Formats: sequence, structure tokens, C-alpha cells
Amino acid sequence: MNHRAIRAIYLFEMARTWRTLLQSIVSPVVSTSLYFVVFGAAIGSRITEVEGVSYGTFIVPGLIMLSVLTQSIANASFGIYFPKFSGTIYEILSAPISYFEIVLGYVGAAATKSIILGLIILATAGLFVPLHIHHPVWMLAFLVLTAVTFSLFGFIIGIWADGFEKLQMIPMLVVTPLTFLGGSFYSIDMLPPTWRTVALLNPVVYLISGFRWSFYEIADVSVSVSIGMTLAFLVVCLIVIWWIFRTGYRLKN
Amino acid sequence: MSSIISVANLSKTYGSGFKALKNVNLDIKRGEIFALLGPNGAGKTTLISIICGIANPSQGRVLVGGEDIQTSYRKARSLIGLVPQELHTDAFESVWATVSFSRGLFGKPKNPDYIEKVLKDLSLWDKKDNKIITLSGGMKRRVMIAKALSHEPQILFLDEPTAGVDVELRKGMWEVVRGLQQSGVTIILTTHYIEEAEEMADRIGIINKGEIVLVEDKTTLMQKLGKKRLTLHLQNKVSSLPESLAHYELELCDDGATLVYDYDTQGERTGITSLLGDLRTAGIRFNDLDTTQSSLEDIFVDLVRTS
Repeated sequence: MNHRAIRAIYLFEMARTWRTLLQSIVSPVVSTSLYFVVFGAAIGSRITEVEGVSYGTFIVPGLIMLSVLTQSIANASFGIYFPKFSGTIYEILSAPISYFEIVLGYVGAAATKSIILGLIILATAGLFVPLHIHHPVWMLAFLVLTAVTFSLFGFIIGIWADGFEKLQMIPMLVVTPLTFLGGSFYSIDMLPPTWRTVALLNPVVYLISGFRWSFYEIADVSVSVSIGMTLAFLVVCLIVIWWIFRTGYRLKN
Repeated sequence: MSSIISVANLSKTYGSGFKALKNVNLDIKRGEIFALLGPNGAGKTTLISIICGIANPSQGRVLVGGEDIQTSYRKARSLIGLVPQELHTDAFESVWATVSFSRGLFGKPKNPDYIEKVLKDLSLWDKKDNKIITLSGGMKRRVMIAKALSHEPQILFLDEPTAGVDVELRKGMWEVVRGLQQSGVTIILTTHYIEEAEEMADRIGIINKGEIVLVEDKTTLMQKLGKKRLTLHLQNKVSSLPESLAHYELELCDDGATLVYDYDTQGERTGITSLLGDLRTAGIRFNDLDTTQSSLEDIFVDLVRTS
């Protein structure tokens, strides 16, 4: 194992975060605070409670997930896309480093950033609403699992994209709608029965449900199903990445 | 000298069906400077990319330091430093950070003293904290060399190292390359500048249309394929040459003021003595003469045209 190479990639990627602190950390925190103002205060004043939890408190796990999902994808996809775009990928490909180590460096850094961000948003949320986390270990486990899974997904998008437009396309057109419709701001029990069935086809529902359970012990679907679905998506991403490196898809001629 | 790189039956066909390399066989000797010449699209960069792990071969085998580049890629790649043709740099990183990153990527422990030496050797020391985006093209090129040298490689690939670099800087680069060779590094360079190969290389390989046309010791190549040219400056202009001189295939230049005769130095007879005698018989006198050796460029153009 070339642990020095993993460390080099990891630190390089983390250094980019500190260099672009406003974009990486401050901007998501500001937008989450705005969600609290708009959804928590404006809508929350009309919906007082959801399953025994005040609306402002109810949306916290969903808001964290919203940021973690989008930031994991954005960080990982940009992390691997940019060397491809600038040409510096030649160095990664010519280094004595295995594909697994490359993924570990890039995905590890992207996931770390998202986890840090998730925790910052959690702390920010604590300033707006009272929070009590029932299962902190499970909360962290869900956070880490989601960050890693969606960083892997972002890595795939970064490899696949051959232009900035494509880099934005999947997050904008697929992930954001799925997240908004995935129960970030409501319980899917609040939907009519037909739409509830449709919502269950959305993988993000399972992530948010499981994560919310770790906070308040309330869930749209059972926790084991949530974990199972997330792990299944993780495995799918790993298989795709294994295939990318085996074939050299969009990396090697 | 033993081979440090051994390429056997290497072929590369791209997805489009284009055959970039056709059954290439090549051995690079330890410690030499090997210049790979070829026109655009000849396969130079493809060959380097395969040896360095950036492209996959379609067929064939490459050993670097005795290690197979596919089955033993870690050992093989750790011996190689690559300076690609294009200036690919992390624009917002400092020189020090990017060179240190490269060392880490190749699995070497931190060694600030060594990085300092590399930067000083390449006259980059006073720029070590500058962001790469602020550097000139020549300096960026040297940063790329510093990155390639950061992990103390035994082999250095320089793909068009002096493309777009001014004459003075190019000569500075040659000094750097010579210094590296003296420190024991094997250097493979591709270039469009024939004078660069002529100036630097111990051996020369010519590649055209994906095939190695020739590999030869530089001086042998110059001798073997070098033509000499005798130019006679005539006392009086002549409008045409007598029939008796036709077999010399002389060329009348400058409105009949000079006569040009090409001859082969490797031939049994150069024909100079008899030419001079026949000229005197024909009453053609000259007041000066000079000879020139054909350059590597002429040799190269000839070979590529005929291959």
C-alpha cells in the first residue's frame, strides 16, 4: 500500500478546501441558515409539529443530508474532474499507485469535507432550534456512510463528465430534485397514498429517514431498510468504479 | 551498457482503429541520452505514454529496470519521471507544494533538503513560494521537470522539453539535462528540434507512422547517412556545363557563379579528384571552394520521406 500517495492526494484535496473556504464551507452554511429562516420560520409557523417534533427541529436531519449529498457529489466530482480538465491527471496515472489508493485519496477527502460540513450545519441548526440526538453513534454512522457513498457517486460523475456542463447536469437535474422530494422538509406520511408509493422509489427517502431516526426515533421506513438501501447504493458505486479502472474508461486511452 | 528499458513487439490501436504503434522494438541503455525523433503523429507520445502507464498497450511487453510495466507497475513506475509535452500544472499551488506533492505521490518520504537541491539546480529556489500561475512559460516547464525529479527517478522522459522555449532558455535546459545525465539519470527526449538531438543525444531513434525506422549511435548515423557537399565558386560565370561533366550531376547555382557537387563520404570514391581534373580540362576555373556536412535534419527528412 502506497500510504504516502494516499496521504498526498488527501492533503492536496483538503488544501483546496481551505483555499476555497468561502465556497466550500461558508456558502453551504449560509444557504442552510436561509432554509431555516424560510422553511423553519415561515412554514414552521403554520405546521407546528410533525410526529411529535416541532417543524423546525424536524427538518434538521433533512437539511444536513441535503448539504452532505450535494457537497459530497460536488467535492468528489470536481476533485477528479479538474485534473482531467487541466491535464495534471498524467501524474496520478503515471505514479506507482493502485486504483484503490487513488479512490481512497479523492473520495476520502471529499467525504471528510462533507462530514465536517454536516457537523457545522448541525451546530448551526443548534443555534436556531433545540436539538436532542437519540442515537449519536448511529447519526455519525449514517453521516459517514452517506458521505462516502455519495462521494463515490461524485467520483463516477467526475470521471464520466467531459465538460463542465455534464459535471453540473446530474447534481442539478437528478440529485437536487430527488433530495427535495426525498422528505427533507416533510414526512412522506404527509403525502397522499399514491405519491407515498412513488416516493418510496426515491433512494434519498431511505437516507433521510434513517438519519432522522437517529435523531428523533421517527422514521418513514424501517432503519434496517435504510441501512440496506444505502449499502446497496454503495456497492453499486464500488462496482462501477472497479469497472472504470479496469477498462480505463475516460481515463486511459 | 545494459538496457534500462526494453520494449518488445509493442503495438497500440486506438478505439477509432488508428494504429499508433506497430510492433515497436526498442532498448534504451542505462545512462544514455536517447532522442526520439519523428514528425507529428508518428507515435512518440503514445510510446512514452504506454511506458509511463498513461495509456494501455494493445499488444507487446515493456520492461523498465527489469520490471514489467503491467504486472509490476509499482516498481517500474517508481523508476520513471515524466515531463509531458503540455504544461499541465496546478495553477493555484505554490512551486514548493506541487513538487512536494509529486514526491509523496511516488511514495517517497519527505526530504526538504532534496527538494531544495532540485529547485536550486533548476533556478527555481527564489520562486518556491510563488503560485505556479504567476510563473513564465519557461519556469513552468522547469517546475514540471522539478516535479518529475522529485522522487529521484533513474529514468527521465522529456516529451518536447524545449517546445516554445526561447533560445537562451533552451540552452539552459540542455545544461540541466547534461547535468542530470552526469548524475546517472537515463534520459529519453522527444523533440522537433533536430539541432537539439544533434547537440544532446548519444543515440537517436527515428519513428514514423508508428514504426521505428532506425536506431543508431548519433555519430555513426551522421557518418553513415551524412552526405557532404562541395561548393565551387567560379572565376567566371558559366551558362551551361559541358557534356563531359554530366555524370557528376552537378548543380549550377547563383546564375552560374557557383557549382555544387554532392558526394557520399562512405563511398569508395568521392569523385572529387576526377571532378577537379575534368573541370580543368573543360576550362572551368574557380577561385574558392568549401565543403559542408549534411545535418541531422537533412538525414531525418530523407528517412521520413523514404520510409
